[in-house]
Amino acid sequence: MKAAVVVFPGSNCDRDCKVAIERSTGAKVAMVWHGESELPDGLDLIVLPGGFAYGDYLRAGAMAALSPVMGAVRVAADRGVAVAGICNGFQVLTEAAMLPGALMRNQALKYVCKAVELDVVNAQTRFTAAYGENRRAVMTVGNNEGAYFADGETLNRLEGEGRIAFRYRENPNGSLRDIAGILDEGGNVLGIMPHPDRAFEAALGSADGALLFQSVLGAA
Amino acid sequence: MKASVRVFLKPGVLDVQGKAVENALHGLGWPQADNVRVGRVITFDLATADQAKARSEVEAMCQRLLANPVIESYQVEIDP
Repeated sequence: MKAAVVVFPGSNCDRDCKVAIERSTGAKVAMVWHGESELPDGLDLIVLPGGFAYGDYLRAGAMAALSPVMGAVRVAADRGVAVAGICNGFQVLTEAAMLPGALMRNQALKYVCKAVELDVVNAQTRFTAAYGENRRAVMTVGNNEGAYFADGETLNRLEGEGRIAFRYRENPNGSLRDIAGILDEGGNVLGIMPHPDRAFEAALGSADGALLFQSVLGAA
Repeated sequence: MKASVRVFLKPGVLDVQGKAVENALHGLGWPQADNVRVGRVITFDLATADQAKARSEVEAMCQRLLANPVIESYQVEIDP
């Protein structure tokens, strides 16, 4: 199994993602600079990590969505390769229109950094299958623009098509319909605001994030 | 040409920043301030002489980058 983590200028969870994926799945992880226009061959998972890509200038994720590597990520996603955008990576995916909606300023205008309890809403996706009967997960959020927004029609469609993968049990930021993570139409692109990469072993307070990587890549 | 783009959250999209500013204005003794919205203005020079063409270029820039059409609306001004 093989994964890649994209590194934008301003990413700060790229190394966390690499370690989290390696330890929870044993997969080999390549680090890919944002200026690359090609990805390594044979990838099973591409991760867009958390951070402040391009300083979050203009809007979080707006500049990163236009970087050369995103063309290759889009092509890979169209071929069915799993793509997971975590936190800032989720913002990049919405700005790139690879996922619907947008991430807006948190309702309380505060940076929220804490552990959150999640419901695994759909456990039959490429990113959640390993949760099985265990439909609760604890991960941490760390965001300023984490409130998911989409129009009512889009929200209904996400709900009706089983594309809401994770929901907050207690909404930390005003996210509509308590959305913490959604999938694209093909089911192979995930955006998730909480950090599975900060919850991959018990010493971090939770190992529930490891299940997400194991769902895509298999257990170590 | 001088281009000026004003970007605001669409009507109906909750502007939490605008709300906070509105509450602060009320606290300072201006209870009559209502519907406060916070946006951004982006200005730049555009090396073209054709005003209509400049406008359509800037509109395209808004769609591609300057605004996020999912949540934001924009107004374009072009001055010679």
